Amino acid sequence: MNSLVIGISVVLLLAIFFMLFRVQSLISVLKGSYNKKGGTSNQINAILFPIFFIVFCSLVIWYSGKATEHYLPKSASAQGILTDNLFWLVTGVILFAFVATNILLFSFPYTYQYKENRKAYFFPDNHKLEIIWTIIPAIVLSVLVFFGWRLWTDIQSPAPKNAVVLEITGKQFNWIVRYPGKDGKLGAYNFRLIDATNEVGIDFTDKASFDDFLPREIHIPKGTPVQFKIRARDVLHSVFLPHFRQKMDAVPGMPTTLWFTPIYTTDEMKSITGNPSFKYELACTEVCGRGHFGMKFIVVVDEPEDFEKWYGSQEPFIKQNPDYLANLPVTTKELAIK
Amino acid sequence: MEATHTAHADVHAHDDHEHHEELSFVRKYIFSEDHKTIAKQFLISGLLWAFIGGSMSIIFRLQLGFPDMNLDWLKPILGHWIQNGKLDPEFYLALVTMHGTIMVFFVLTAGLSGTFSNFLIPLQVGARDMASGFLNMLSYWFFFVSSVLMFISIFIETGPASGGWVIYPPLSALPQAMSGSGLGMTLWLSSMAIFIVSSLLGSINYVTTVINLRTVGMSFTRLPLTIWAFLVTAIIGILSFPVLFSAALLLIFDRSFGTSFYLSEIYIGGQALHNIGGSPLLFQHLFWFLGHPEVYIVLLPALGITSEIIATNSRKPIFGYRAMIGSILGIAFLSFIVWAHHMFVTGMNPFLGSVFMFLTLIIAVPSAVKAFNYIATLWRGNIVFTPAMLFSIGLVSLFISGGLTGIILGNSALDIQLHDTYYVVAHFHIVMGSASFFGFMAGVYHWFPKMFGRMLDEKLGYIHFWMTFVGVYAVFFPMHYMGIAGFPRRYYSFTSYDAFNSFHDLSMFISAAAIVTFSAQLMFGFNFFWSIFKGRKSVQNPWDSNTLEWTAPIKPEHGNWPGEIPTVYRWPYDYSKPGASSDFIPQTVPLSQTPESNLDSEKETVELGKKEGILV
Repeated sequence: MNSLVIGISVVLLLAIFFMLFRVQSLISVLKGSYNKKGGTSNQINAILFPIFFIVFCSLVIWYSGKATEHYLPKSASAQGILTDNLFWLVTGVILFAFVATNILLFSFPYTYQYKENRKAYFFPDNHKLEIIWTIIPAIVLSVLVFFGWRLWTDIQSPAPKNAVVLEITGKQFNWIVRYPGKDGKLGAYNFRLIDATNEVGIDFTDKASFDDFLPREIHIPKGTPVQFKIRARDVLHSVFLPHFRQKMDAVPGMPTTLWFTPIYTTDEMKSITGNPSFKYELACTEVCGRGHFGMKFIVVVDEPEDFEKWYGSQEPFIKQNPDYLANLPVTTKELAIK
Repeated sequence: MEATHTAHADVHAHDDHEHHEELSFVRKYIFSEDHKTIAKQFLISGLLWAFIGGSMSIIFRLQLGFPDMNLDWLKPILGHWIQNGKLDPEFYLALVTMHGTIMVFFVLTAGLSGTFSNFLIPLQVGARDMASGFLNMLSYWFFFVSSVLMFISIFIETGPASGGWVIYPPLSALPQAMSGSGLGMTLWLSSMAIFIVSSLLGSINYVTTVINLRTVGMSFTRLPLTIWAFLVTAIIGILSFPVLFSAALLLIFDRSFGTSFYLSEIYIGGQALHNIGGSPLLFQHLFWFLGHPEVYIVLLPALGITSEIIATNSRKPIFGYRAMIGSILGIAFLSFIVWAHHMFVTGMNPFLGSVFMFLTLIIAVPSAVKAFNYIATLWRGNIVFTPAMLFSIGLVSLFISGGLTGIILGNSALDIQLHDTYYVVAHFHIVMGSASFFGFMAGVYHWFPKMFGRMLDEKLGYIHFWMTFVGVYAVFFPMHYMGIAGFPRRYYSFTSYDAFNSFHDLSMFISAAAIVTFSAQLMFGFNFFWSIFKGRKSVQNPWDSNTLEWTAPIKPEHGNWPGEIPTVYRWPYDYSKPGASSDFIPQTVPLSQTPESNLDSEKETVELGKKEGILV
C-alpha cells in the first residue's frame, strides 16, 4: 500500500513538472524571448554567480570555524608538526589564489553581462600580462617545492641508529606486530614457514628469533625515534598512523619502513584532546578486500620507563607456544630454553 | 601522368558523394561510417553509462551517509548483495570500483572524447568525414563490445571487479583474496583490452584527420582550440593506452598462466604460493603511466570545448590563443613524467619522490596560465549565458578549485598524510570528474542543435546547471575536511575507529546533496531525449559562432557540405572586432571583404594577396 502511494505521488509530481515545463516553453514561444540574447534569464544568471560565491564563502568560513576540533587533530610526532606547518602554509597560499581568482571569475559574469548596445573589447593577447602570470606561479611553486623537498628528505631519511624497532605485518584482515626482544635483533623470516601458529613465518633456525615477542598492542616510548619495519603477507596494505602523520604501504615481497618520534604519551593526549578514552590508532589505507575498513590496531605511547617495564615483561613467542617448540629440531630447542 | 589520373579519379569519387544512393537502415544508423552518427552513438552510450555509474555512487553514498538505513527495498535489484538490510562490504567495494571504471573510461573517455572528437573534427577542420570511416565504425563497435562485457560483469554471481578502479595486484591477481577478483576481474581485463583497441582506432583516426584533411586555408594556427585539444588528447592516448594494455596483459599472465610479474612471497588461503621475485610496484608504474595521462585525456577535450564556448559567448576572442596551444602542449608533455606522484608512499625510492614532486608542481604553471586566460577572456566581454556558457564558467571554477588542492597533494611531504584519504577523493572529483563532466555538458548544450537540428530547452538547462553546480560543490567540497582529518577512502564504515568517528552530519549532508544532484541529471536526460524529437527547431548558426560547422546545413547529410568544402581565410576568434558591423566574422569570410575591421598585419596580407592575385 505504502509503495503504491509513493508510486502514485511520484507519477503525479512528474506530471506536474511536465505541465510546468510545457507551459513555460509555450510562453517563451509566444513571447519570442528565445530570440533575444540579453533577456531576463541572462540577467538572473549573471547575478546568481556573485551570489553563489558569497554564499559559498560564508558557508565555508562558518563551517571551518565550527568543525575545527574535527579536522586535523593535534599532531603527536615531531615530524608531524613540521608537516602540519607546511600544510597550513601551502593551504594559505592556495586559499589566497582561490579567493583572488574566484572574485574575478564570479564578478565578471555580472559586470560584463550582455547589453545590446555594448561591444566586447577585442583583446586577443598581451605578452607582458602573460609573462607576468606565468612567472609568478612558477616562482611561488619553486618555493613550495623547495620547502616540500626539504621536509620530504628529512622524513624519508634512514631511521636513526638509536631507534626502537618493531616489525608490523599486514594480512587480511589484521596486523601482526613483532618486537626483537632483549637482543634487539629481529629474527629472520620466510613466508614458506607461515602457518596458523607462526603467522609471520619466523625462522627459528635463526637464534635472534628466540626472544622475539608478538604483543596485541603496539607500545612505543615517548621522545625516542621509532622505526616500523613493514611487511605484507597476502595483498597490499598500508600502515596509516593519522596522529603521527605517517603512512607507508605494506607490500608482499618488498619490505618497507617508516620512522618518527612520538612527543606525547597516550595519557598526555587524553588531557590535550579532553577525551578520557583517547587512543592512538593505526588504520589500513590501501584497499585490501572485504575487511579493509576494520584493520584497526592500537598504539600506546608510554613514558620511557613505563615502556622499558612493559618491554621487559613480554613473553617471547616461543615460550607462549610450547607446542610449536615441540616441532623444532632438538638443538634449537635447547638454545630456545636458555 | 599516372598521378594526375588518380587525382582526377579521387575528385570524381568525391563528387559522387553528392548523389549517392540511400543507405540501408543498418548502414545508416547502426554500422554507420558517418562521423556524425558515430558521434551520436558514443554520446548516447556515454550518457547511459553516466546514469549507471551515477546511480552506483548513489547506492554507496546511502551506505556512507545513512549507515543505519534499511536497504531491503534495493533487494529486487541487488539480490544477495543486500544482507539483513545492509549492503555487503565486498559489494560496496565492487560499486566503488565499477563507479570509477565506468566514469573514467566509459563516460569521460569514450563518452566525451568519442563524441566530440568524432563530431567536431571533420566539421571544424572542413572535411567530408574522418580519414577512415571504417576504422571509425570499428572504434565504436569495439567500444560497444567492451561495454557489453563490462555490463555483464555487473550481474555475475561472484560480482564485478572490486579491488578499486586501479586494480592493484596482488588483490586483483588472486581470486582467493576477494570474490570480485575471480570471473569479474577476468571480464574487467577483457573489457579493458577491447576498450584500448577502440581508443587506439579512434585516436589514430583523429590525428590523421586533423593532419591531413584540413580544408584550404585551415592552417594549424587557424584551428579552433577544440581541435588542438582533441589532437593532443589523441596523441596522448596513442602513447599511453598501450602501456595499460601491457600492464593488463602481464596481469592476465599472472592470473592464468602462473607467471610472477607482480607476485612475490605470498601466503594466502592457508598456503604459500610459488611466486617469487615479482613486484606489485611494477604494476603501479605501468598503470599510472597511463593513469596520469588519462586525467588529461579526460580533461583536455573539456578544456578545448570550454575555450570555444567561452570565446563565442563572451563575444570576444579567446585571450592568448598561442599561449593556450602552448599550455595544452606543455600539459601533454608533462603528463607523461609525473605519474609516480600517485606512488609517494608505496615504498618507492624516496629520491624518485623528490623528482616527481618537482615535475608535478611544474604542471601547475601551464594550468594556471589556462585559468588566467579564461578569466581574461571574460573580462570586458559581452556575455551571453547560454546553458553551455554556464557549464563552461562552472568548469573554470572547478578547474581552479580542484587544481589548487593538487598543489598540496603533489607535495610529497604533505601527501604522506593525505594519500588515499577523502582529500584525494575531493581533489580528483572536482578537477577531473566534475570539470570534465561540465565540459561534456557544455559541449552537449552547445552542439546539440548541430547534432539533431533542434534546440535543448534553455530553462531546463539553467535549472540543470545551477542544481549541478551547487550540488557538485556541496558534495565534494566538504570532503576536504574529512580528508584533512585523515578519513581513508574506500571505507565501508568508519565507526570502529575513534579517530574517524566524527563528521556524521557532514557525511549525511554529502549523501543528500549527491541525491539531489543526481536527480538534476534525470531532468537533463528528459530534456535531451525530449528535445531530440520535440525540441524547438534550430537555425543554422544559433550562437553566432565563427567556426566552420555552422556553415554546414542545419542537419548535414553524409559529406557535411552539399557543395564544395568552404575555404578558410581567418582564425576562428574574430569576435567584436573593432570596426566590424557585426560582432562576429565567420572563418569563411575573406579578409579582403572586411577592410573596415582588418588589423595592420591583415591589411598587409590583403595587399600581398592583391599583387599575387589570390583571394585572401
